[in-house]
Amino acid sequence: MIDRRALFLHLAVLAALLAALPMLAAYHVTNIAKIMVLAVYAMGYNIAFGYTGLLSLGHAMFFAAGLYAAGMGISLFGLSAAGALVLGPVAGGLAATLVGLLALRTAGVAFMIVTLMFAQAGYLTILYFVKYTRGDEGIVIARAARAIGSVDLSADTPRYLLAFGIFALALLLNLALVRSPFGRIMVAMRENEARSRMLGYNPYTVKLTALAVSGVYAGAAGAAYAVVFGYVGASLASVQYSILPLLYVLLGGAGTVLGPFLGALLMFYLIDYASSATSAYLFIVGAALILLVLFAPKGILGTLRERHARWLP
Amino acid sequence: MQLGSIFLLALLEGLVSASVLALTACGLSLVFGIMRVVNVAHGEFFMLGAVLAWFTASLMPGPPALTFVAALVICPLIVGAVAALADMLVLKRLNYEPEATIVATIGLLYILQQGALTVFGPNALPVPAPLDFRLQFPGFGYSGYKIAVILAAVLLLLGLWLILTRTRIGLVMRATQIDRATARAFGINVDRVYAGVFAMGAGLAAIAAVLIVPIQQAHYLMGADPLLLSFSVVIIGGLGSLRGTVVAALLIGMVDQMIPIFMPVVFPAYGAWFTPTLAKIIATLVVALVLVFRPQGLFGKRMA
Repeated sequence: MIDRRALFLHLAVLAALLAALPMLAAYHVTNIAKIMVLAVYAMGYNIAFGYTGLLSLGHAMFFAAGLYAAGMGISLFGLSAAGALVLGPVAGGLAATLVGLLALRTAGVAFMIVTLMFAQAGYLTILYFVKYTRGDEGIVIARAARAIGSVDLSADTPRYLLAFGIFALALLLNLALVRSPFGRIMVAMRENEARSRMLGYNPYTVKLTALAVSGVYAGAAGAAYAVVFGYVGASLASVQYSILPLLYVLLGGAGTVLGPFLGALLMFYLIDYASSATSAYLFIVGAALILLVLFAPKGILGTLRERHARWLP
Repeated sequence: MQLGSIFLLALLEGLVSASVLALTACGLSLVFGIMRVVNVAHGEFFMLGAVLAWFTASLMPGPPALTFVAALVICPLIVGAVAALADMLVLKRLNYEPEATIVATIGLLYILQQGALTVFGPNALPVPAPLDFRLQFPGFGYSGYKIAVILAAVLLLLGLWLILTRTRIGLVMRATQIDRATARAFGINVDRVYAGVFAMGAGLAAIAAVLIVPIQQAHYLMGADPLLLSFSVVIIGGLGSLRGTVVAALLIGMVDQMIPIFMPVVFPAYGAWFTPTLAKIIATLVVALVLVFRPQGLFGKRMA
């Protein structure tokens, strides 16, 4: 019974997003498409941070791996958009596995700094190979290359539908993952690593797997970003893009399946609204981070789950 | 220029950057050592010190030497006060829980950076040097002010060492570091020590920034480099060890300055592919690997 309630809620959210498409103005269609792509990224972040307790400050590297695999694959090697969407998650997962192999030898604060430094090295590497990556200026993917079959992905409706498709798949897989036995082990690692080890689970392999899955999500989001919005630039690999999913997850609720989407939605429109009034949108990001850790460390859905809806996954 | 002169010039440039880096990194190290707080906003305290130095120097009447000395006193105090406030309002309420404090200091970073941009604008702000004479070395003349920076940093570091090892304040700080609960039981006001240490760490960054600002202008984005370099120094030197921090600052500051000056002379092909970006990539990876394989730092002993 409980299972059905959670599944129903998630399907209802997906149905609402699909039903909203004909009602939204063009401006919001683009926004929601972007939010859904960023939400996939944040969901991946949440799998590492919210469920497994791995606070990484280097996810921008995994996002960028997918982004550049898609962008450079299309612009330099003539990959198709569909191929890029497959290559992205592979690249993200690979990057996360490589970083994880080293970084997971550390924990806590050291893990945060090591991931931050690896991501910084990755960002600088993109700048170093400016000849191929075009650095800060970025790669603009030609409209003709952004198509699957005969569907032009730079038009509003197909763009929204593609973002929706990836988002829906990611959301349902995320739901399945956290309800699977492995999902429980991830949470066990977060709650008490020593006890989980005593019960016979190897923390290193569990964390590495979770980080790899997280990287696959980030890479998928990166590739989707490249294909759907046609822009691949170094700024998307900078530290800000590691902080962003953290912020979304903290706001929506760490360790909840819908939290990343809710956080991305609210934060995106908060920043959008604020930047029409002031140019100081980073001020909002900073204040939101501090207020969240101070007053609502569990985020919106985390607090809701604690008080009213214990069944929320 | 002769090779010897180039070497001397590189050495001096290295010492200037190492001494400023040592001050900044000691602030970070102090905060980490005593409070176990990783302060990601440290670079922004540095930036705030520099920007405030410009503000003081351009607002106060009088000769540059006088306004500069005033800035050297006022800026660390203001920055320290901001830091103490941040500690009392935010970090203390988080109970210094490591991950929450990092997230909070990231928030602080954005707020300070954006605040500086809003108040002082996006332009680089110059501060005139208080001393205007050149020292003649064989083959080149060198700014007397830069020598003064090195001397000032050495004196300040000595002062810091004396405070930590020879005064009651230092004793209280060390006691709090070793065992917070016992220190409290002995009547030490731990909250005040923490606020003081956080202010002192930020103040050290601010002093370093005031010293460097006549050489390198103040800018709202200038905090990133000192932050990354200080992190590297503190990690290489061993987390929380002040002596290791100073040694590592010397090492990293020298390498950071000497390579771009010295390498093109010895190695003419340098610069074609070995750019500053590549140097930064290698440095960042080395620091990350040190943290992975030798978390006690290159000079530190493994802590229990």
